Amino acid sequence: MADQNVNQTGGRLRPPVPIWVRKSLATSATVAFTILGLLFVTFMIGRVMPIDPVLAVIGERATQAQYEQTFRDLGLDQPLLVQFWIYVTDVLKGDFGTSIRTGQEVTTDIARVFPATLELATLGTLFGVVLGVPLGVIAAVRQGSWIDQLARFVGLIGYSMPIFWLGLVGLLIFYGILGWVAGPGRLGIFYQGIVEPITGLILVDSALRGEWAVFRNAFSHIILPASLLGYYSLAYISRMTRSFMLEQLGSEYVTTARVKGLSECQVVWGHAFRNIRIQLVTVIALAYANLLEGSVLTEIIFAWPGLGQYITTSLLANDMNSVLGGTIVIGTIFVGINIFSDLLYRFLDPRSK
Amino acid sequence: MSTSQGLRDWLLSEEPTSRRQAKYASWYKGWLTLRSNTLAMMGLFVLAFLILCAIFAPFLATHDPFAQDLGQRLLPPGEDGHLFGTDSLGRDIYSRLLYGARISIYIVLLVIMVAPLVGLIVGTVSGYAGGWIDVVLMRVTDIFLAFPRLILALAFVAALGAGIENAVLAISLTAWPPYARIARAETLTIRNSDYIHAIKLQGAGPFRIVTKHIWPLCISSLVIRVTLDMAGIILTAAGLGFLGLGAQPPSPEWGAMISEGRQYILDYWWVATIPGIAIFAISLAFNLLGDGMRDVLDPKEDNS
Repeated sequence: MADQNVNQTGGRLRPPVPIWVRKSLATSATVAFTILGLLFVTFMIGRVMPIDPVLAVIGERATQAQYEQTFRDLGLDQPLLVQFWIYVTDVLKGDFGTSIRTGQEVTTDIARVFPATLELATLGTLFGVVLGVPLGVIAAVRQGSWIDQLARFVGLIGYSMPIFWLGLVGLLIFYGILGWVAGPGRLGIFYQGIVEPITGLILVDSALRGEWAVFRNAFSHIILPASLLGYYSLAYISRMTRSFMLEQLGSEYVTTARVKGLSECQVVWGHAFRNIRIQLVTVIALAYANLLEGSVLTEIIFAWPGLGQYITTSLLANDMNSVLGGTIVIGTIFVGINIFSDLLYRFLDPRSK
Repeated sequence: MSTSQGLRDWLLSEEPTSRRQAKYASWYKGWLTLRSNTLAMMGLFVLAFLILCAIFAPFLATHDPFAQDLGQRLLPPGEDGHLFGTDSLGRDIYSRLLYGARISIYIVLLVIMVAPLVGLIVGTVSGYAGGWIDVVLMRVTDIFLAFPRLILALAFVAALGAGIENAVLAISLTAWPPYARIARAETLTIRNSDYIHAIKLQGAGPFRIVTKHIWPLCISSLVIRVTLDMAGIILTAAGLGFLGLGAQPPSPEWGAMISEGRQYILDYWWVATIPGIAIFAISLAFNLLGDGMRDVLDPKEDNS
């Protein structure tokens, strides 16, 4: 990457454009292109589906005249490219159309359900980071020990277990048999409507309002799905942390540090770990993005009123506007997080400057 | 005994006398490495077992997997000759599991036939052609890579309609980009090697070079990746089945079976739990085997 920069700026006599300007332009172009691609895919999905979009709006009993009127109103008589243009401008304005199932603007619906998903994924990632990073580090330091085997085992199970099944078994054991946690849903029925929403995140809202009974109830609802999701990100994060650490521990500066007589703790945390922080941020960002998506199946199991459940319920009701709107939102966040971690990497890693 | 010893010597000979001998010898050595990996062998055994179960399902099944018997519904495992009990319609879960293995293997085979092939074609063409073709193809690949896979598969199934074939198509459409990346990287390293130049001088066209001389060298890295991805594909397929978008009832697809048993989970745990164990077993087996295969086919990669 460094060589490229030298070539780009060194060969020209004009006053060089600052590198960060070039890079930002290139990144913006990538983002724009990727999101345009996302919109194109959802647009095509909306066009090839076997549901007549006109009938979906006006119902089957409309007259022929009404049908043709709506057909024109929706822009369906225009060429495909023009239709795509209309679609893109609508989406950029934040207009995903109206949900047939709820009768509301899809944007309103998504704004309502999104905080639930965000809360779940955030807590899950937190869980994965707090446990996964130390596990990965220790597994790398004590390679071949029981803790390394444990990390490997955790990873294997995490990569092989269907998340919806683990959720069901978790419900059966911790709710059905042991009764340690609350059942499906986000809040017990007696606690609903007590806390006026501020952020939409129940845990945060109830803490801000000082409603600790609500907080406790919400916590006992979220803990099981969040720790299950967290388990999956734990598997991923610990595996990546371990391989990053192994790479560092094998390098010469670590040997030098050891020869100089630094304590093991200083070598591991002060030297090796410091060097993997940037890579780790990227991995955590990706794990977070994956959880936003992975929560789809978990939300179904735990009747969690989030974006994933919204998309699947709409899907089964043939409500395509909502499905595609949700897909675009998750896709955009996904792309956003990817780009963000990429930028962070460039910003934090001195070698890429 | 003496012939097998002779065969072994022939395979392990230091100086193979024919191309065929060299090829078989490298396979045999790979097999020996794989065999020394206990976990990978366990994975292989589980898979072989499941494949046998799928093939001989009609002989092994104790009941008709579709026959409903409402008088026998929700029986616990072991009762009345039902090894794993019965589901909410009185169907034998053991027999359904056996037939469900067929569906899982069918899905896996279909995805294997579609996704890596698409990736191979896109990747090698992109890597060999270079220039604007490379830029365009890789941009498209990046777009697909940037998407959340399950959500995209959901949207595709929504457009195409629910069903196994459409679920396979949706999974394949989201699974090919990593293969394209791998194939392109391999092609870039192979493209400028001497033997490719030699074939070019002999007058071989781009089509012949790509299909006959580049593809064979991309296969081994693709095989590793496919084996490692298999678990993810099975989980996605089961997830689609669970959501009611994959195999349709009364088909004994494992994900759909979990979905059917979901509402009884607190009282009749076995209906949803047992198919989950089957899914877990098959994807664990693929993961173990994939790790072992990586050791055999790709010694560069550190798999510690």
